[in-house]
Amino acid sequence: MTEAVKNTLLFLVVGGLILLTGFTQSWNAAILILNMGLISAIMAIGVNLQWGFAGLFNVGVMGFVALGGLAVVLVSTPPTQGAWSAGGYGIVLALLLGAATVVGAVLVAQKFPKGRMRTLSIVGILIAGFFIYRAVFDPSAAAVEAIDPAVAGNLGGLNLPVLLAWPAGGLLAAGAAWLIGKTALGLRSDYLAIATLGIAEIIIAFMKNEDWLARGVKNVYGIPRPAPVVGYEVELQNDPSFLARAEWLGLDPVTASTLSVKLGYSLLFLIVLLVLLWMAQMALRSPWGRMMRAIRDNEVAAEAMGKNVTRRHLQIFVLGSAVCGIAGAMMTTLDGQLTPSAYQPLRFTFLVWVMVIVGGSGNNFGAVLGAFLIWFLWVQVEPIGLWLMNLITIGLPDGSALKSHLIDSAAHMRLFTMGLILLIVLRFSPRGLIPEK
Amino acid sequence: MDLLNALVALANFVIVPAVAYGSQLALGALGVTLIYGILRFSNFAHGDTMAFGAMIAVLVTWGLQAAGVSFGPLPTALLALPFAILGCIVLVLVTDRLVYRFYREQKAKPVILVIVSMGVMFIMNGLVRFIIGPDDQRFSDGARFLISARDFKELTGLREGLAIKTSQGITVVVAIVAVALLFWFLNKTRTGKSMRAYSDNEDLALLSGINPERVVMITWILVAALATTAGVLYGLDKSFKPFVYFQLLLPIFASAIVGGLGSPLGAIAGGFIIAFSEVTITYAWKKVLTYLAPENLEPSGLVQLLSTDYKFAVSFVILLIVLLFKPTGLFKGKSV
Repeated sequence: MTEAVKNTLLFLVVGGLILLTGFTQSWNAAILILNMGLISAIMAIGVNLQWGFAGLFNVGVMGFVALGGLAVVLVSTPPTQGAWSAGGYGIVLALLLGAATVVGAVLVAQKFPKGRMRTLSIVGILIAGFFIYRAVFDPSAAAVEAIDPAVAGNLGGLNLPVLLAWPAGGLLAAGAAWLIGKTALGLRSDYLAIATLGIAEIIIAFMKNEDWLARGVKNVYGIPRPAPVVGYEVELQNDPSFLARAEWLGLDPVTASTLSVKLGYSLLFLIVLLVLLWMAQMALRSPWGRMMRAIRDNEVAAEAMGKNVTRRHLQIFVLGSAVCGIAGAMMTTLDGQLTPSAYQPLRFTFLVWVMVIVGGSGNNFGAVLGAFLIWFLWVQVEPIGLWLMNLITIGLPDGSALKSHLIDSAAHMRLFTMGLILLIVLRFSPRGLIPEK
Repeated sequence: MDLLNALVALANFVIVPAVAYGSQLALGALGVTLIYGILRFSNFAHGDTMAFGAMIAVLVTWGLQAAGVSFGPLPTALLALPFAILGCIVLVLVTDRLVYRFYREQKAKPVILVIVSMGVMFIMNGLVRFIIGPDDQRFSDGARFLISARDFKELTGLREGLAIKTSQGITVVVAIVAVALLFWFLNKTRTGKSMRAYSDNEDLALLSGINPERVVMITWILVAALATTAGVLYGLDKSFKPFVYFQLLLPIFASAIVGGLGSPLGAIAGGFIIAFSEVTITYAWKKVLTYLAPENLEPSGLVQLLSTDYKFAVSFVILLIVLLFKPTGLFKGKSV
């Protein structure tokens, strides 16, 4: 069996699993798995760029995904009436002042000779800058948050088409990644891991707390859909030509409209995935990709050949994070709402890592395959676990404490299973299902 | 101006909580730093090891409470602690035998071990949630306060009260005992000395006949004991919730790195540095400043530098500053 045949078979098996879900459970569930699988595949490509190509250990994926979601709110929602005049400009001014403080401190650190004077002036600039920033920022933010807090209380967005938010999500994530990379890259691998873990938590804390930006934990609902590809169920149900097609397929209008909406998303996501996969493949095969792998395999040798390792690392860190940001924007569009408290590191950082490792780090197709497979398992382990627990406890009397505890706990089998899969793959097939060539 | 009341308010809201929290972080960071020194990788599963140990303590405490056993004014959980430590030791030794040993024999790169520890983290996290569920569990009992705010006010006649919770007192005492035992073990016993030798120079230690598997085993036992103690103390002080232990990973790592990975003394110092910075920066200083400021000049706002939700940011910024200016940490840790 050649490699191409084996890999195709692997993809067919995962596709078959999703189809099986359609036949045995419901097509709705199957397409849900497909859609999140597509998004996960894009995240996996991003992580694979960083880890598989360059050996960068980024465990802050969640933060970049969340920033992508934030971009959707900032780009596609309508602006809140009067928010900008009430305090929006004040907030922007405060942020500029804050940035100026940091830049000033950095300049002093670079320009002045080392000594007590320099330390004192840096500390002085930072403290003074902080209080000026707070003095401008606090009243402005409070003014914005006071506007109609039950439904708004934030600045709102630019009211642009939601599809524009996807590249914007990538840009926002890339900007954050540049800032982070500038400070944290060049640290040792496990230090970088801790640093990115912290960054992700800070980004989430920021999104939960800064109500003026995206309403914090009050969430943003009703994000517009990428019409005309994805319509609204109610409109479809009133459309005679759609009803005729649904009848021809033998589906009732309600099911047909939900399926149609979801398939519209699938189509868009598939296009993005294919474009990104093509780009990643081209990058991997190009001289640039070879250089990246050379740096990954032996930094010292690559540096001796005149490659600027730090710059290349920064470059690929930004690129990979941008891909994660795009995926995050797509996910928020699919959900139709931004829920900062829903971002959990186990789900959005470590699960993506399981996908990449299981699929095959360093191989883009491997990452995509791993994403679909692991996402399928993540969804299906719960019903399987429940079924298993029912089977195990069949001998126990009804109403026994152990039986009900075991059945209630079946939902938590997920994390356990994911860990087990990761460890088994690492032990017996450390290069993953589709290894790097 | 009222210096005394200001001091009491400061002690009540900043110093006492920060000392307790710092002790918990220090115990956690000691575990991380020991693993780093001997096994040479950053253990992402440490938070969940703490959760597992604490979970056993919760279960045993419930059992003891049901059996009518109590520890007087002290929490029953202290009686459960030895059992919890034993359970946790079994868990980490089994994990080491089944998972980590394979990679040690292969001399795998540290980053591979970090990824492996991610897998272990998932499994332990799943195990804890499977056994006890993801919710808050309360298991503290006994007297709630060593001294309550009202008693303190009556005793001293001051306007401000100073409350010290039993859990806070116990945290500090237990932490001191644990640290003293650990340092005695590392510095005075033969096994402890062989551990330090192995940490400093693996090849030389092997040459002089130190059995590496024994060193690793002792390390895991110490780590399990420290992690369980930290987990139980944190659970007594706040409450037991599996997810919170996972989140503790960041401040714990920050403590260990700030102090210098591989240096036990550094881990303790780091723990207190992180705890004090977190508490002082997220505390609303209005009360203290009102006592200190001259009349009519009282602050109008809360004078809170950052909201408490940003406490991660604090440990993180300290971590970054230390890494940028002194990459091996304050106490000259390792850098592999």
